[in-house]
Amino acid sequence: MSIEVKNLTKVFNTQVAVDNISFRAQKGEIIGFLGPNGAGKSTTMKIITGYIPPTEGTVKVCGFDVVHSPIQSRQNIGYLPEHNPLYTDMYVHEYLRFVGSLHISNRRFIRERVLEMIELCGLKKEQNKLIRALSKGFRQRVGLAQALLHDPEVLILDEPTTGLDPNQIIEIRGLIRNISKHKIVIFSTHIMQEVQALCSRVLIINNGRLVADDVPDNLKNIQKESIIISVEFKEKIDPELIKSIEGVLSVKQKDQFILVEADMDVDVRPAIFKFAGEKGFTLVGMNQEANSMEDVFRKLTQN
Amino acid sequence: MIQILIKEINVFLDSLIAYIIISVFLTGIGLLMWVFPETSVLDYGFAEMGSFFTLCPYIFMFLIPAISMRMFSEEKRNGTMELLLTRPIRDIDIILGKYFAGLFLVAFSILPTLLYYYTIRYLGNPVGNIDTAGVAGSYFGLFLLGAVFTSIGTFSSSFTENQVTAFIIAVFLCFFLYFGFNAISTIGLFSGISDQIDQLGILYHYNSMSKGLIDSRDLVYFFSVISGMLLFTNLILRSRKW
Repeated sequence: MSIEVKNLTKVFNTQVAVDNISFRAQKGEIIGFLGPNGAGKSTTMKIITGYIPPTEGTVKVCGFDVVHSPIQSRQNIGYLPEHNPLYTDMYVHEYLRFVGSLHISNRRFIRERVLEMIELCGLKKEQNKLIRALSKGFRQRVGLAQALLHDPEVLILDEPTTGLDPNQIIEIRGLIRNISKHKIVIFSTHIMQEVQALCSRVLIINNGRLVADDVPDNLKNIQKESIIISVEFKEKIDPELIKSIEGVLSVKQKDQFILVEADMDVDVRPAIFKFAGEKGFTLVGMNQEANSMEDVFRKLTQN
Repeated sequence: MIQILIKEINVFLDSLIAYIIISVFLTGIGLLMWVFPETSVLDYGFAEMGSFFTLCPYIFMFLIPAISMRMFSEEKRNGTMELLLTRPIRDIDIILGKYFAGLFLVAFSILPTLLYYYTIRYLGNPVGNIDTAGVAGSYFGLFLLGAVFTSIGTFSSSFTENQVTAFIIAVFLCFFLYFGFNAISTIGLFSGISDQIDQLGILYHYNSMSKGLIDSRDLVYFFSVISGMLLFTNLILRSRKW
């Protein structure tokens, strides 16, 4: 069970949407697709699901080429498209049964799976409603339920948490984490915390090119030469004084805090503490800002 | 294919469209057949259904595009086309499922008019004095005509997101294919080949079936138009990949 994307390129007329992307994914991985709008995330996902064919390169899902054996490869994929299209005139269980019938031929098994999915996605109270009558969060759950219905090996989720409230986001994340143990999950998102909370691996795409492919923790520690430490003194002091400490690159006053930019390799915190003691200032607080995914993202995708 | 067929029929029956279309069809044809003096069988004086089979195509020309206009347009607009096209089914299964669902509805709306046959049969003097073979052939022809119009409707629904556009294009194509070639063949300019031009249209083949004569050439004509339209639809669905 695997996904194999090799030298994938997609050209629309003259615009290159996906530019020579290659990666492999194994069972148990949750892969986060990151990238600015229009970077080629959705296009890559549409190619993997067989909705549009690649211009060049190959995609294999569980060993089946998506262009040459689309029926077999699609059987192994559960897909939640962007904007989560649904038949709004159908009832929840009716819709799920219809989707089930496209994958599974045994009718009793379909019924069982639909009940399981309704349970798993927390749709029990809503199952007899028209999809049109559901709120955005519940529609998203219906979308997730249809993607999971046939127990696919691979789950492709295009922005599964957009438009949800924080509680729903946490629930959906929990759901994804629970089901991911025996599957490959690929999802795209704009939310960095989501990547940190969920992914075992991050792919950052910019202008169609793969610019990073690593575990989230490794990504956080690259690409930075300096670090910001915010320091708070009880007394009002001239920021210029701190500049004399070795390793400090620049100093800025911001409200009651002094932001000290320091060299990545030197830990200047003991020196600042000593400086305060020597000069007789009272150090009230000191905080080293963690290198966040946002910074990494901005660094990698800004041109 | 069968799953799509069931889903489409359910959608028809769950929404009001199917009921409206069937009742409009039956009311319209009922009025024309029995009430309006100009076309009424009662005033006509002959126990035959000729007027029914002449009027029906013109009603179908509007009703069938109304049935089929939403088939692909709605799915395209709502984005659900992506849901269908990423399932382990072939494109042609989607098309055939939708096509047969439309055809089922057409057949379903013709069915009650069989009552007219019995009525006219009993109104005849002596009772039973009606050309049964002619009526049977005409019904078969009408069904095939419905099948052709449905395939035209399916086709025009596949290349636009807009249901109104799909409807108008389908009405025009149905009209042109039914009557257009016949009209063109009467233009003096084409007097040499007027027969050949006439044979391109549905009217020629439909009329020949109304005589109760089921000719293999007419069958070949109807089935070629249907499969042609469905293949074009398939081509348009595939064009997303170009």
